[in-house]
Amino acid sequence: MSIALDIAGLHKVYRSGTVALAGIDLQVKQGDFFALLGPNGAGKSTTIGVISSLVNKTQGKVQVFGHDIDTDLEAAKSQLGLVPQEFNFNQFETLLQIVVNQAGYYGIPKTIALQRAEKYLSQLGLWEKRNARARELSGGMKRRLMIARALMHEPRLLILDEPTAGVDIELRRSMWEFLRTINQQGVTIILTTHYLEEAEMLCRNIAIIDKGLIIENTSMKALLAKLGKETFILDLDVLPSALQLEGFQWRALEGQSIEVDVEKAQGLNPIFSQLTAQQIKVLSMRNKANRLEELFVNLVEHGRGASA
Amino acid sequence: MNRRYLVAFKSILDKEITRFMRIWVQTLVPPAITMSLYFVIFGSLIGSRIGDMNGFSYMEFIVPGLIMMSVITNSYANVASSFFSAKFQRNVEELLVAPVPNYLIVLGYVGGGMARGMLVGLIVTLLSLFFVTIQIHNLAIIVLTVVLTSMLFSLGGLINAVYAKTFDDISIIPTFVLTPLTYLGGVFYSLTLLPGFWQQVAALNPIVYMVNAFRYGFLGYTDVSLWLALAVVVSFIVVLFSYAMYLINKGIGLRS
Repeated sequence: MSIALDIAGLHKVYRSGTVALAGIDLQVKQGDFFALLGPNGAGKSTTIGVISSLVNKTQGKVQVFGHDIDTDLEAAKSQLGLVPQEFNFNQFETLLQIVVNQAGYYGIPKTIALQRAEKYLSQLGLWEKRNARARELSGGMKRRLMIARALMHEPRLLILDEPTAGVDIELRRSMWEFLRTINQQGVTIILTTHYLEEAEMLCRNIAIIDKGLIIENTSMKALLAKLGKETFILDLDVLPSALQLEGFQWRALEGQSIEVDVEKAQGLNPIFSQLTAQQIKVLSMRNKANRLEELFVNLVEHGRGASA
Repeated sequence: MNRRYLVAFKSILDKEITRFMRIWVQTLVPPAITMSLYFVIFGSLIGSRIGDMNGFSYMEFIVPGLIMMSVITNSYANVASSFFSAKFQRNVEELLVAPVPNYLIVLGYVGGGMARGMLVGLIVTLLSLFFVTIQIHNLAIIVLTVVLTSMLFSLGGLINAVYAKTFDDISIIPTFVLTPLTYLGGVFYSLTLLPGFWQQVAALNPIVYMVNAFRYGFLGYTDVSLWLALAVVVSFIVVLFSYAMYLINKGIGLRS
């Protein structure tokens, strides 16, 4: 399987002296659904900016499907579709004008561009709005418009920078479904997001970036396996003051609820058997926090502790 | 130019023409009104008291200059505002991420500016027919001059937009440089009316050459050598195009 994106020794120092990227090495395989996570200001958007040639790099190499952005920029650009974080279309143009013009910039004749416009605007639920001006769209529609625009030249690598920011959960799920479908059709996808649930749901591989460096780069499965402990919230029918849960750290919450720390090796069965023995019924149970979120915080904090 | 580039160029040009046609009340109507007022006030009312200018009625003399003035201001304003808006709304990124060579970005925007400049020039020419009978001495010179001038000032507008950081920045050059140079560029008077020293100063004003070459196309009269005038315009185009390419290649104001 070929490499969709190959980044080696990427540095970016802004004119102000700010070091945004301090030596990024990253490979994304063809067909992957890849998450690039990191706190605000970590260097995610700068990395994407360099790949899409909106930011001049200071040093390093970037190849998109083997095309070097220094020596073969047009070929690299042709393989790449970008959905940026900020809305960056002309608010006064119609949806059809925006997507057809974008196809034109890639040399796609108007007849083909119109067919693709119908295909992608329909798939993203925007065809009815094709003659509306972009500024008349809701936030969710604008996000979908940017995805449709990025697909007009049918790129092999699609990079989405926080594509579901500010989008309601129902729409977010329909966007996930759409992204899964185009990934299954062979489009390699790189996604940055602040919704860690999104990364966990969609992505097979993940890199975490902090302070311009990759601090973790592995498969989602391997990363989640590192999670040693999870916290569960249990809603009980009664909460006796003399509750006993031997072998577990637990805390009482408001009402009849408790939160219990569970080591991976412990399993949940001993909790239930002890509660049953005390004639306490568990009404419901949930994770305290997203599993990936805990890992993410741990990794970033650990990285900062190590570099301090 | 290969087919892919041709489609890309046409897309930029279409987008630019659609833009100024969509807002025609802001782009096409104001110059028509302003120039009609010039025709009425300077041509009909005051002009009739001024008498002949180098053997032509004052109205005949100023019409080519006024057409040229509208071509200059509209070519410049179109690219300056369109390119700056594209930067401001960040939709210029649509072009920057696409495999479009930088020279096509420059040519596409300049083509849009030329289209507006020449369309406004045509509108003003048609309006002038209500005030004066236009004679044509050399149509090829008229077309050549208007094409080159609109190209030159479109390039100027693009360079202005590259440097502009606020909307105010795209009105500074037109207000403080273009308007004075145009008014002092021989639109309203023949350079032969100026004292010798001021004639030499006027010779430093590039707009003098464009106005005179254009006037030659209509009247067969020019204050400066026609070939010098064309050479000056072409030289400025070469310099400004090279500079615009340098700015876009460097990503000044476009890439961080």
